[in-house]
Amino acid sequence: MATSNSRTLARLMLFPSVVLLLAWMLVPLCMTLYFSFLDYNLLTPGNNAFIGFLNYEFFLTDPAFFASFFNTILLVGGVLLITLGGGIGLAILLDQAIWGRNYVRIMVLAPFFVMPTVSALVWKNMLMNPVNGLFAHFATWLGMSPIDFFAQIPLLSIIIIVSWQWLPFAALILLTSIQSLDREQLDAADLDGAGPFSKFYYIVLPHLSRAITAVILIETIFLLSIFAEILVTTSGGPGYESTNITYLIYTQSLLQFDVGGGSAGGIVAVIIANIVAIFLMRLIGKNLED
Amino acid sequence: MGSINLKQVTKDFGDVSVIKPIDLAIKDGEFIVFVGPSGCGKSTLLRMIAGLEDTTSGNIEIDGQDATDTPPAKRGLAMVFQSYALYPHMSVRNNIAFPLKRAKVSKAEIEKKIASVTKTLNLSDYLDRKPGQLSGGQRQRVAIGRAIVRQPSAFLFDEPLSNLDASLRVNMRLEISELHKTLATTMIYVTHDQVEAMTMADRIAVFNAGIIEQVGSPLELYNTPVNKFVAGFIGSPKMNFIDIEPTATDATCCLGIRPEHITISTTSGTWPGKVGVIEHLGSETFLHVHVEGKATFTVKAGGDCPYVYGDNIYLSAVENKMLHFDAAGLTLSQ
Ligand SMILES: Nc1ncnc2c1ncn2[C@@H]1O[C@H](COP(=O)(O)OP(=O)(O)O)[C@@H](O)[C@H]1O
Ligand SMILES: [Mg+2]
Repeated sequence: MATSNSRTLARLMLFPSVVLLLAWMLVPLCMTLYFSFLDYNLLTPGNNAFIGFLNYEFFLTDPAFFASFFNTILLVGGVLLITLGGGIGLAILLDQAIWGRNYVRIMVLAPFFVMPTVSALVWKNMLMNPVNGLFAHFATWLGMSPIDFFAQIPLLSIIIIVSWQWLPFAALILLTSIQSLDREQLDAADLDGAGPFSKFYYIVLPHLSRAITAVILIETIFLLSIFAEILVTTSGGPGYESTNITYLIYTQSLLQFDVGGGSAGGIVAVIIANIVAIFLMRLIGKNLED
Repeated sequence: MGSINLKQVTKDFGDVSVIKPIDLAIKDGEFIVFVGPSGCGKSTLLRMIAGLEDTTSGNIEIDGQDATDTPPAKRGLAMVFQSYALYPHMSVRNNIAFPLKRAKVSKAEIEKKIASVTKTLNLSDYLDRKPGQLSGGQRQRVAIGRAIVRQPSAFLFDEPLSNLDASLRVNMRLEISELHKTLATTMIYVTHDQVEAMTMADRIAVFNAGIIEQVGSPLELYNTPVNKFVAGFIGSPKMNFIDIEPTATDATCCLGIRPEHITISTTSGTWPGKVGVIEHLGSETFLHVHVEGKATFTVKAGGDCPYVYGDNIYLSAVENKMLHFDAAGLTLSQ
């Protein structure tokens, strides 16, 4: 199937979908790029003058930008840490021959199917509410004063909620990887005198490295653009304490009607995402090669 | 150092009994081969000796000490697996060093042992490669090296050659036999290939469906098998069986005659037959002869066999080489 005829035909037939995909991606990107150089505010319609890099200057020198930049890093890093640590633990547990493990696996996967807005609302109103939440009841039952999660530790609260959503994903990927481990290697390690910790560190963990890399790459892409959980719970507050880049762009362009500024922020976000992607691929991408 | 005693050992998986009560005394320094068809429980018994499977009932003694509940690492045995079970993320050096590091052997000592083992096994040039970059034969050597460095009191091999191609298999067979002569350590070797068993073993234990049918030296099993199963399993090509009617004075239900104990004549003999497929191996020839009213006989003849497909010939058994089996398959003494 590799004659020059069939290759030409393949290219011809791929052509329309490639063009469509390119247009789908390029048109919004180019429009955003174009808007980012305009003085384009919906409250003052009409002039839309070209103002060069002024939008970028405003966005990048805004103290809110630095706050939200670090919040983004903390959010992504924190969730990765929790989901990987918890995911490895869960995967090892689910790999054991426990009674009814098929049902347990389905239950563990459940949070992933709940919409972000819904799960954030459930956490906000049922669990973390300082008056009626379960955590508050539990704290008073223990004789402690309840924590007002979204006022005192807003970013950590969001990290907890997002981790809860992504834990099943990590656990599932890692579980399939653990199941592909050759059991004879573990038997051999048993005979070689390796205890449970040595077996985990020298055999299971290296075997998981590919899956861990995949989880980091996929989760990072999605976690850079966390939005619904913030909107529903803290609205980025108090102050900018739980605002990430995505949420900052939303406040800029939609709450302040500043299309130009928001577009500049969007382009900055695209650049940051690409830097992170290159950085990650350099750092751990070699794990994916054979 | 290295005697292993199995006393009424059994193994059940759920309510399936995989190993029926087995008694076996393995002497120090012996090369014993467990041979039997696939699924008869050889690997299971080997893993029980290694401590990787629990023993349902009975006792395993190693060097006179009861080791039935001893964890694998404390039994002083080393195992070579069918899949080699090398650690894929570690270099050859680290694979071989792994058991030593776990045993907290000093760095200098480890270096010394690795050097001597890799020299014995011709692995010195590959020390820094990963298992994935080695050929099947080299991986096999690394697995053996990892077993040797621990200086175990016995080696357990589970079909170690079954993933190698035929010519490499013959080489490795010799190397393992050679290794046994130099180390003089007990070796238990599992295989389903009776040629491996015959060529390597001091003693062979023939397994069938979770029991040991017979234990003995290769020639004992070849010359005096206790029953039809052993007679049919040992020897290549397989023994020919001829069903006969028992008489009032003779309980023989079945005669067994090996291909090499049949003579061919063009004029007269016990069984007239027609030559079928002929397999020329150069040094010898196997003829498949269709005997009227009986089965097809396999006959071994010399390298320059004059017969061709379709020839009519007569077969007769060499005197005193025929085995007699009773209705239960047990060998009758003449
Ligand atoms: N973990 C297990 N659970 C249930 N049955 C098993 C298990 N391991 C082996 N068996 C069964 O025990 C029998 C013997 O297996 P095995 O010892 O591997 O045979 P062999 O090595 O002689 O080919 C087989 O019928 C196999 O299906
Ligand atoms: Mg087996």
